[in-house]
Amino acid sequence: MITSLTAEKLTCVRGERTLFAGLSFHVAAGQALALEGANGAGKTSLLRLIAGFLAPRAGRLVLKTTQGQSDDNEERGRLIGWLGHQDGLKPQLTVMEQLIFFAALYGSAAGCDAALEEVGLARQKDFPCRYLSAGQKRRLALARLMISKRDLWLLDEPFAALDRDGQALMARQMTRHCGQGGLIIAATHEPLGLANASLQL
Amino acid sequence: MSAFTALLSRDLRLAARSGGGAALALGFFALVATLVPLGIGADLNLLSRVAGGVLWVAALLAALLSLDRLFQGDFEDGSLDVIALSPLPLESVSLAKILAHWLSTGLPLTVLSPLLALLFNLPASATLVLFVSLLIGTPAVSAVGAIGASLTLSLRRGGLILPLIVLPLLTPAVIFGAGSVAAKMDGMAPSGGLALLAAFAVAACLLSPFAAAGAVRLNLTN
Repeated sequence: MITSLTAEKLTCVRGERTLFAGLSFHVAAGQALALEGANGAGKTSLLRLIAGFLAPRAGRLVLKTTQGQSDDNEERGRLIGWLGHQDGLKPQLTVMEQLIFFAALYGSAAGCDAALEEVGLARQKDFPCRYLSAGQKRRLALARLMISKRDLWLLDEPFAALDRDGQALMARQMTRHCGQGGLIIAATHEPLGLANASLQL
Repeated sequence: MSAFTALLSRDLRLAARSGGGAALALGFFALVATLVPLGIGADLNLLSRVAGGVLWVAALLAALLSLDRLFQGDFEDGSLDVIALSPLPLESVSLAKILAHWLSTGLPLTVLSPLLALLFNLPASATLVLFVSLLIGTPAVSAVGAIGASLTLSLRRGGLILPLIVLPLLTPAVIFGAGSVAAKMDGMAPSGGLALLAAFAVAACLLSPFAAAGAVRLNLTN
């Protein structure tokens, strides 16, 4: 279990441009952090940096778990549940095939049927993903996030393309995740709908 | 199901459902192998002399057709991020993708080759050598191809640059593969060429997952 994630004076440079410098924040178990800022402020870059895809120019990220402390990218990556701005779904695969693949890839024993039921896609489970709407794809991506059973959720525009029910569902799942001691860092333009801190980029 | 077999079976399923999998490569291979005898003419001696080289090059080009999508599809739709954060190391991810590519193109091409060898009047003994050389050599094509595919995965027209990176690296495979067929035609033992081809394939399959994983990591920073 993760107890906290601390960023110490992070600096991120893409190309020649400094996106942010000296950025520090602290998220403890059960807390959510909303990243706010104008388009191009570096919200997605910060998420990719936390996921370990990008290296910070300066500063470091310290992850404290019940096992100890680490600033290793690979180790942190194994604790992250990722919901990027793209859904990462294949048009040729059915909804169920997609989810079973991710469950096997993540070594998760969570029930795929139950997850689909929860996100409201139980009826569509044998549909190829090419027939899903953008909002339904987002719901499937949420189901994948749920079955990944990871402690730290990194969400990029979690409410994008979702209808009102979908947004409520996303907020409910986030509240539940925090309630179970998970951490959330979300880049968003809308209120997350839960008690959260926010960070202006 | 382990993470490795899950990825392997997903990629095989995608190859089968995209229509661009084995069918496209086989069709290309068959067409090139049919056009060459039409272009050269009905000189049976000449045809059987060039058969090994022509079929090897045709198989190589056919295998390249689907290679550019090896990582690119997963990169473009965001799956690669999710796969990179899974417990499966990127080296194993690369190996699963190489294996899936070989099973969906290299192996079917090898199986079709004896049939196409008939068009070239290749003797049965030399056809067997061709078959064995392709069986040993096509995994190297997929493996070396994976390095090119991972380097070009974020390029929009990466498929055009890919052959320029991959083909020079695969020269040894063509030389030893076609060379062993030619040796058999000349009444010599093909085992020398086949052994060198096998050594090349083993080295390619062992090293390329690491090279490909490195290139994927580099591209994920985008």
